[in-house]
Amino acid sequence: MADSVRKILFSPVVDNNPIILQVLGICSALAVTTQLSTAITMSIALTLVVACSSSVISLIRHHIPANIRIIVQMTVIASMVIVVDQFLRAFAYEISKELSVFVGLIITNCIVMGRAEAFAMKNPPWPSFLDGLGNGLGFSAILLTVGTIRELFGSGTLLGYTVLPLARDGGWYVPNGLLLLPPSAFFLIGLIIWAVRSWKKAQVEQAEYRIKEMRQPAETV
Amino acid sequence: MAESGSPQMPQKPGSAHSSARTLLVAFAVCLVCSLLVASAAVLLKPIQLANQHIERQRIIVEIAGLMKPDLTVAQAYRQIDVAMIELSSGRTVDTLDPENFDIAKAAKDEHLSEPLPRSADPAQIRRKPKYLPVYRVNDGGGRLETLILPVYGYGLWSTLYGYIALRDDLRTIQGIRFYQHAETPGLGGEVDNPRWLDLWEGKIAFDENGEPRIELVKGAVTSATPDSQHKVDGLSGATLTSRGVTQLLNFWLGREGFGPYLTRLRDESERR
Repeated sequence: MADSVRKILFSPVVDNNPIILQVLGICSALAVTTQLSTAITMSIALTLVVACSSSVISLIRHHIPANIRIIVQMTVIASMVIVVDQFLRAFAYEISKELSVFVGLIITNCIVMGRAEAFAMKNPPWPSFLDGLGNGLGFSAILLTVGTIRELFGSGTLLGYTVLPLARDGGWYVPNGLLLLPPSAFFLIGLIIWAVRSWKKAQVEQAEYRIKEMRQPAETV
Repeated sequence: MAESGSPQMPQKPGSAHSSARTLLVAFAVCLVCSLLVASAAVLLKPIQLANQHIERQRIIVEIAGLMKPDLTVAQAYRQIDVAMIELSSGRTVDTLDPENFDIAKAAKDEHLSEPLPRSADPAQIRRKPKYLPVYRVNDGGGRLETLILPVYGYGLWSTLYGYIALRDDLRTIQGIRFYQHAETPGLGGEVDNPRWLDLWEGKIAFDENGEPRIELVKGAVTSATPDSQHKVDGLSGATLTSRGVTQLLNFWLGREGFGPYLTRLRDESERR
């Protein structure tokens, strides 16, 4: 039993990571990773939401009519997110201000929906909770990695503390401004996917098509 | 995920497939969820409002330079003299409570605000409140030391709400701060960056004729920049937020905003 718990909980962190294998939820991974502190809060919020919504959906899975299951899942998830947002505003006001719209956007995060549909609809509450938690951790792992790199090399700080003194303040480090812009998160996630797939060959997908070799048309000179 | 649907669920009346059952489940889920959301919102509202109130007071005392390590926000805030003014005349009014005045709510109120034509609305606020609170820090003799004015306007995604503090000459900026916005974290959200906010101190918000003139420009502003006293570094990667900040400051410091009030204050100090 302990073995299967570990499998459900930790396989989404590397082997079946929602971001790097399934490539879900990258929208928020771009948006909140310019600073590590927002990435941490987002990770906690998303992990909470995906674990709780998976358990709730699993609890009522036998009662959810198949034809309206998506909208029922959506309703549960949206309610959870609003509650989390309200709690953040009441008890973590500073952080909720920084996260602003992105807490609300957890609702549209494909990971939450994906776990509800793929796992919680078919499994009992406890495994669903673990599955949600595991996927939350997998999401968090990538978010924290990307957040660390972007904040460190983009603004020379970590959690707001100066690590690399910036040249414009008399230090030596010239920050890479690209890292503060959303595309850099794409590049970083791409590099992480590449690294993980070279390490774990099983994650490499079969090519769906091959690019035809280019043939020089006869008429062109 | 093709196996998730019908094969496991037998199709018979009363099962998960009948329309009545579907409606019932949908209704029950909505009811439970709405109760949950509503109770969270209602129960946490007082704490959230208190947070916002303290946050605004903290920002006011901070840009006024009154925040000392041994003082709480509430203690520091006692040094501030709040008054409600009528924007069009610049006169103080006593009929409204400045402490609990909600700018966003007032801007929607028929009696407390007036519509702005598009051409006269650079801050994109659509309706202008007729009355707004102002915060004064006076010295022992009642002479104005710092004046803090609420300002707001549209950036890229959201309305930015904040304060600008002017020194006793009513031209030099002591500081600006925003207490509410939903700009992109890391880009427009850098309006909260302390290092950027420090750049504002000592900038001159008005030209020789008393017209508001303060601008966010691309790149760094150094002492070699022409008119550098009227210019502040724009936020990198946030052109629209920067433009929004420029527009809202010029609007609120101008004739449509606090202009009449500032004129009154200048006349008053000349008469002394």
